[in-house]
Amino acid sequence: MKAPAVPNAKAIKAKYGGQSITFIGDSVGGGHVRDVALATRFSKDTGITVKVNPHPAASDASYSQLARSFATHSSSFDVAMIDVVWPGAFAPFLADLKPKLGSTAKMHSAGIIKNDTVGGHLVAMPWFGDFGMLYYRTDLLKKYGYNAPPTTWSDLFQMAKKIQDGEQSSNQNFSGFVFQGNAYEGLTCNALEWIASSGGGNFIDNGKATINNSKAAAVLDLFRKNIGVTTPRSVTSYTEGETHTAFITGNAAFMRNWPYAYSLAADPKQSKVVGKFSVAPLPHGPGGHSVATVGGWQLAVNKYSKHQDAAIEFVRYMTSKPVEKFDTITNSNVPTIPALANDPQVKKAAPYLKPATANVPRATRPSQLGAKYNEGSKDIYQGISEILNGKSASSVLPGIQSKLQALIK
Amino acid sequence: MSTVSTPIPPTTSRFRRSTKLQRRQTRLAWLLLLPSLLVVLLVAIYPLGKTIYQSFTNEDFLALEPSRWIGLENYRNLLTGPDSAVFRSAVWETIKFTLITVGFEFVLGLIIALVVNSSFKGRGVMRAVMLVPWAIPTVVAAQMWKWMLDEKFGVINDAGTRLHVLSHPQAWISQPSTALAAVCAVDIWKTTPFVALLLLAGLQVIPQDLYEAAEVDGASQLQQFWKITLPLLAPAILVTLIFRTLDALRVFDVFYVFFGNAANTQTMAIYNQSIIVGDGKVGYGAAVSVAIFLIIALFVVIYVSFMRVTADD
Repeated sequence: MKAPAVPNAKAIKAKYGGQSITFIGDSVGGGHVRDVALATRFSKDTGITVKVNPHPAASDASYSQLARSFATHSSSFDVAMIDVVWPGAFAPFLADLKPKLGSTAKMHSAGIIKNDTVGGHLVAMPWFGDFGMLYYRTDLLKKYGYNAPPTTWSDLFQMAKKIQDGEQSSNQNFSGFVFQGNAYEGLTCNALEWIASSGGGNFIDNGKATINNSKAAAVLDLFRKNIGVTTPRSVTSYTEGETHTAFITGNAAFMRNWPYAYSLAADPKQSKVVGKFSVAPLPHGPGGHSVATVGGWQLAVNKYSKHQDAAIEFVRYMTSKPVEKFDTITNSNVPTIPALANDPQVKKAAPYLKPATANVPRATRPSQLGAKYNEGSKDIYQGISEILNGKSASSVLPGIQSKLQALIK
Repeated sequence: MSTVSTPIPPTTSRFRRSTKLQRRQTRLAWLLLLPSLLVVLLVAIYPLGKTIYQSFTNEDFLALEPSRWIGLENYRNLLTGPDSAVFRSAVWETIKFTLITVGFEFVLGLIIALVVNSSFKGRGVMRAVMLVPWAIPTVVAAQMWKWMLDEKFGVINDAGTRLHVLSHPQAWISQPSTALAAVCAVDIWKTTPFVALLLLAGLQVIPQDLYEAAEVDGASQLQQFWKITLPLLAPAILVTLIFRTLDALRVFDVFYVFFGNAANTQTMAIYNQSIIVGDGKVGYGAAVSVAIFLIIALFVVIYVSFMRVTADD
């Protein structure tokens, strides 16, 4: 599939042709390849040169990179992809897109547009969505006598154990379950799913830190006891890359990951599990229900950019319907334009958009922390990381709770 | 950098009235020193002063209002705030790392220096080869070791289990019990050659005739080592230890590649970086920087006074 043409290219070329902009883009999965393909097409059609710089793969590192740049009012980049929880923190440094893109914004999901509107300004345009889901090996479930993926966390670990014990006789490197356990933003996302799906809240609820509760402690201790038992011991240093590598090389039965991994696992060039896997909602705790952490990326324009208008034209193209369709099909990212979910080509390429997985209730990371988001998320993932590495949940959670509470006040 | 002071001859100007010539020379000396003093002022004193000033403010990357003076609040936070335990554990982790690595690097480096100082065939090649680990950029070396130490696909676990040294593969980096040892091993591997090189330079200035005289007097090899080599090597040893200790106290790259932001494996530098770069808290981060500066200064004072004692001997 080829990068779609830029609509209205002639008019854009006449106005802004010859300008040059810098785009801080993606680095996970096939993201960078996509960015380069789209930027090249955009440059060819409009005469605006786009330099693509991939951001650090750990999104907390990406956040601090942008924060440093904003702090010095630097014009070193024009367009950047920003996480769904950042608009609050970065709004004062972003251009208002409403005058130029307000009307096209209407085709995107209303919830995300609301998230990206701060103080009446549209500070970012939705680009692609993200949510956590459970990938599983259909062939192995069958082989070990299961006819459905697990629905609770304890089921997941039981099944993972049985499959792992069986598979390890022929493959020492096989693990039951892999997820993002390194001390970074990804762990905050993972832990939110474990805790919220067990009825333990969303870290901060109604303006109060709530992470220190018995339901959260129970699911965290369950995970702690499974580290190195049904997961690799080193899962506590896994990010997205290590996780999908383990799964697509056939070395894991279950994986928690974002939709981007679907296209990798389905790609015969790099995957050994083509046709042998499927996706399901993540498991939940006793008495809870499945949830998925909301991820997703927006495109924002730097207020200090010297080529704001050209940058906005690039954002218009990148968030257009044909480009989102292209991204969904080639990269299995979730479109932010709801109408695309009914497109037959999209349906075929992204079966995880089926209602069962796509309509799972979402859990949102505590974006009310605003400019303190990174700090709060660090308190969360560092604490959870200590639990996974052996400390009991009850000894760590009170500390996280008081730190979060101090950030809210 | 090295400031090994030569003893001042007893006849200084204090005892004699300074002549015109001397005054002129003093003026010239100041004039010649001026450029380097200006550079020091610009690159060392100014940033230090600015950091100390910032440590009394609430400066923040994303703050919209200008920063203001908040007195000792950052320091109070550092000593008694919710983060104080994290900082203390980072200090302790760094000191443990420093003691272990500097200790091993010194002993191993001395042995290597003694070996390559003796004459044998291929000595030149040996001296060049031993520097290879030191020549590899730390981040690259750390990433390479991270892969080698990997639980599932690392060569160390593979070799260990095949040779039955290990009963099962270990997650060297992720397990708290082996994490510090793993990171120390990488630093020792990388930096021992540098220590050996510094000590070798010290060994080569020891006059050969001292050993010949000792030989004639019937001193054994061991006696020669304790009575000649070690005392004459002392200045080089001290310089080496200062170099390495200060370097180890500032360690960042190996830990960052291995552990990222995990709480229990933070060093002082990583904690400081995560406060300033990660959280954008410049004011509090400056207070952390000043605290680290004082801790390192303490080590310098210890070494320098030790050096003065040995110089007086």
